[in-house]
Amino acid sequence: MFEFCVEPSQLQGLTWLSCYLTTGKHMAFYTSFGTVLLLLALTAPTALLFGFCGAVASRSAIAPLRWIGRTYVAMVRGVPDIVFFLFVPIALDQGFEYIRHMALCPEVTEPIRRGNDFVVCTAAKLPLNADPQWMHETYGFLLAVLSFAIVFGAFAGNTLRGAFEAVPKAQIETAQAYGMTSRQLFWRILLPQMWIYALPGLSNLWAILTKATPLLFLLGVEDIVYWARELGSMKTSAFSYPHPNWQLWYFLGLLVFYLLLTWVSDRAFARLMARFNLGQGRTGSDTAAAGVGR
Amino acid sequence: MKSLIKGTVAGMIVSVALSGMAMAQTIRMGTEGAYPPYNFINDAGQVDGFEREVGDELCKRAGLTCEWVTNEWDSIIPNLVSGNYDTIIAGMSITAERDKVIDFTQDYYPASPSFFVAMSGQSVDLKGGVIAAQAATIQAGFVAESGATLVEFATPDETIQAVRNGEADAVLADSDFLAPIVAESNGELEVVGQERIGGGIGMGIRESDGDLKAKMDKAIGSMKADGTLNTMIKKWFGDDAATF
Repeated sequence: MFEFCVEPSQLQGLTWLSCYLTTGKHMAFYTSFGTVLLLLALTAPTALLFGFCGAVASRSAIAPLRWIGRTYVAMVRGVPDIVFFLFVPIALDQGFEYIRHMALCPEVTEPIRRGNDFVVCTAAKLPLNADPQWMHETYGFLLAVLSFAIVFGAFAGNTLRGAFEAVPKAQIETAQAYGMTSRQLFWRILLPQMWIYALPGLSNLWAILTKATPLLFLLGVEDIVYWARELGSMKTSAFSYPHPNWQLWYFLGLLVFYLLLTWVSDRAFARLMARFNLGQGRTGSDTAAAGVGR
Repeated sequence: MKSLIKGTVAGMIVSVALSGMAMAQTIRMGTEGAYPPYNFINDAGQVDGFEREVGDELCKRAGLTCEWVTNEWDSIIPNLVSGNYDTIIAGMSITAERDKVIDFTQDYYPASPSFFVAMSGQSVDLKGGVIAAQAATIQAGFVAESGATLVEFATPDETIQAVRNGEADAVLADSDFLAPIVAESNGELEVVGQERIGGGIGMGIRESDGDLKAKMDKAIGSMKADGTLNTMIKKWFGDDAATF
């Protein structure tokens, strides 16, 4: 990056360090912090949406919808995360490619599964083999977002269902007595009051989600933990900047990052809690406030 | 708006790629990127090493465009068969067990010995002690059958760490990987034994991908014939390395 970095073996002290910390590999490391934050930013709302749909479905008066909602929540909650992350992205990817294969090259008669191999025609590949690397990476990243959202959506679904049921019966009965339709009741009474009960559980989920991001590497996305391990590992003189094992320093850096992230999210949840507390009945806010993010 | 632009650009790229399909075929080369000098990520963040150089030359000779991808060693075969990349070029020895799942090209690197490495000045029981090896390698298989206690790690680097922090008495890995580490350890590590395990190293290819295997076999053959392969082996593994 700097002009004086041409011959790393001649450098010493701070100059060496400044060159070392600005190598292409370190830049990739710094960028991966953005990747993790972006993953969190995309996954949280998507998971909330999945959870919301799951919760509403599992409370539905229509039986098949209720079964779907309950099965989704029960199934994902029951499978260990790591198994889920090993299986679902590959299944999703193969599912997409299978559909594309059927649509794009119906003339191919050979089976897709041949022994151990999963073979779709060239045009059905997702992304195409010839596509630039960033498209492959973006696709992998989006698969990761989807997998995370499915898993955390199930947990969020259960939290939200509990929150819906925690809204005092008297509130609902009063609304019915006023002649509200069930739709009005849902949007005007249930939904605004539900959040106060859901928030403690959701803030827990958020904390777990931030700490689950290292699972990204299982999905082929190079995240901060991957780079910290890779950069920190011992480097022989096959590399331009040889050094002994420095993983401790890199992981200390990650520790600071995760602590900072948790601290910022704790504050954000405290503010949200205060906001949802406005104009709420005493009982709900007391119980809920006792459990904020702890 | 941004996503709209991105979508349009992506669409354009797709259509260009489709129309250009008749041109050079793009092959994705899967490697581990953590096994110097075979393959590693250099300081610029690119895949580098012996296999990068050989792979690029093979692609040139076979008339293919190659894109390099890294993948964890553990899941390197499953991701090949499910089509995430088209070849494995990651210091993988040709074994009968692996050959049941994938196909191998002819070897591009001859069989080389494996080293046992331990902390200097310690007597190590190689047949009954605790030996570290990378999971799913021929060395791990060897230790498991030798009577020693095997501790497995996901990456090669962790196996060295295990010896340094006393978790394992010794590590068993390819001599080419261990030799530079021992040489640069300031005498802290030493080679305490060696063993000949496995055959040469070949490129792993899906069993259904006969065309690609034929192309790569031919390219490796031509590199053997004109001596370029031997030059590369000497460049990366030293003048004493076994050649063809």
